[in-house]
Amino acid sequence: MKYEVVIGMEIHAQLLTKSKLFCGCSTEFGAEPNSQCCPICLGFPGSLPVMNRKAVDHIITTALALNCTVARESIFARKNYFYPDLPKAYQISQDDQPLGERGYLDIMDGSRRIKIRRIHLEEDAGKLVHIEGEPFSLVDYNRGGASLMEIVTEPDIRSAEEAAAYITELRSILRYIGVCDGNMEEGSLRCEPNISLRLHGAKEFGVKAELKNINSIRAVQRGVAYEIERQSQILDEGGTVIQETRRWDEASGTTISMRSKEEAHDYRYFSEADLVRVVVDDAWLNRMAAALPELPQARRERFIAAYGLPAYDAGVLTESKEIGDFFDKVAAISHDYKVVSNWIMGELMRLLNETGQSLEQSHMTPEVLAEIIALVDKGTINLKSAKEVFEESFHTGKTPSKIVADRGMAQISDEAALSGIIEGVIAANSKVAEDFRAGKEAALGFLVGQVMKETRGQANPAMVNKLLREKL
Amino acid sequence: MMTMKVSRKEVEHVAFLSRLALSEREAEEFTRQFNQIFKQFEKLNELDTSQVEPTSHVLQMQNVLRQDSVRSSLPIDEVLANAPDREDGYFSVPRIME
Ligand SMILES: [Zn+2]
Repeated sequence: MKYEVVIGMEIHAQLLTKSKLFCGCSTEFGAEPNSQCCPICLGFPGSLPVMNRKAVDHIITTALALNCTVARESIFARKNYFYPDLPKAYQISQDDQPLGERGYLDIMDGSRRIKIRRIHLEEDAGKLVHIEGEPFSLVDYNRGGASLMEIVTEPDIRSAEEAAAYITELRSILRYIGVCDGNMEEGSLRCEPNISLRLHGAKEFGVKAELKNINSIRAVQRGVAYEIERQSQILDEGGTVIQETRRWDEASGTTISMRSKEEAHDYRYFSEADLVRVVVDDAWLNRMAAALPELPQARRERFIAAYGLPAYDAGVLTESKEIGDFFDKVAAISHDYKVVSNWIMGELMRLLNETGQSLEQSHMTPEVLAEIIALVDKGTINLKSAKEVFEESFHTGKTPSKIVADRGMAQISDEAALSGIIEGVIAANSKVAEDFRAGKEAALGFLVGQVMKETRGQANPAMVNKLLREKL
Repeated sequence: MMTMKVSRKEVEHVAFLSRLALSEREAEEFTRQFNQIFKQFEKLNELDTSQVEPTSHVLQMQNVLRQDSVRSSLPIDEVLANAPDREDGYFSVPRIME
């Protein structure tokens, strides 16, 4: 392509706090409209905001995870704009001296570094509801005043794939450090890429369009790809791109121009006199740094180095913290790490997907999986039975040994018991036995099959093979 | 005669951003007052502050924070008590087009 793609990404993440940013109203999702509001979050005259410490903790943690410099002294500002989702007609946010600045996030297996410009804390707006054909809009302020984090990158992203990779990695980190649930469908993680094109080697940036209404990782990739295509067509035809906000429309797979909220953004930031500065001293910073868990990238590298796992496995196993933690716990008991990985990527993830449960909600534990692997190792059950045991344990929490006993699944590994059955099979198939003795190796497979049939699949296949050869 | 730093057009723009409707006379009056205020600041600007740290707040307090605990909110009827219009527990406002 003759154009260079230039993308900057702005994301808003709802922070996992029980109460709002400046008042004690609950942040629980799905409550009755306007049931979680008070004089502070409704902006009544005379009310005063008091900041939630947990929200500041979350921003510091994120800033550390994204390699940012944490501001030792941070201040808050009023961002003024008139819109019904904002009861005070200003949003308490940060302009100068945000809590985090100048960090980076590595993506695509460390081959690309995306610089983070800033991370700041602000309050969320209420929710507007539009009803088709009505002359009014409805406002629910339950979300208004909830704590929100904004993370802005430098314009370092160069393709739709990189945009998707950035959001994937960032979401994974936010979940690992427990600051945001990362749910894009429900809007707890919202991303707004701004996209522009310029000729390779050009010094000036092109005119950018900002994308909104992106509610999945796939939509990030598709929306950005569409926008790149749209803009290059305009430029190819000698036209000019207009600076505007465009809405991603999932159904048509296109972006649609949105009429702007206000003619031009003129937020008239000024300092929020109702809040005093936040000073982060060494003790606070060190406490947050010490509580930082192992991050996805470090864990991927460790899974490859310490367990000898393929890069693909390491990627899948570390995408969520709970799966990664689970792997570590099973691996502490079962040392055939690739086998552990196969079980988790296969059966466990399949069942989690099918049931829509989280690992915590299911009955699967590291001990159960380790026991199943050991039962297969010892030859007590074959792989097919093991999968059935796994599924039952997953649903009921019954221990594998109990399931094996209750369902009579144990393989017949007892030589005496198998000898009798095998002699019977040879006697009943004397023609096939003759063929084998005459050198027809394939005949053995048939005899093994007959023994398995006699034992309803519970004979230990290795032992059947060995005994058959001996007796023939 | 005073030099005009702030034009009447700027005053009208600021009024629009705040959704204030100004009469002819008010627009005139506020333009005059804005310019007077600016003149006062120019006087302050004569002071050499190159050696003074900017003040972000008049209070020397810091870290006034609260624990993340939930307290009860207002009953919905009280939340909506001052609303000019309501609908099914929501505030109702003139339709917003997106
Ligand atoms: Zn409140």
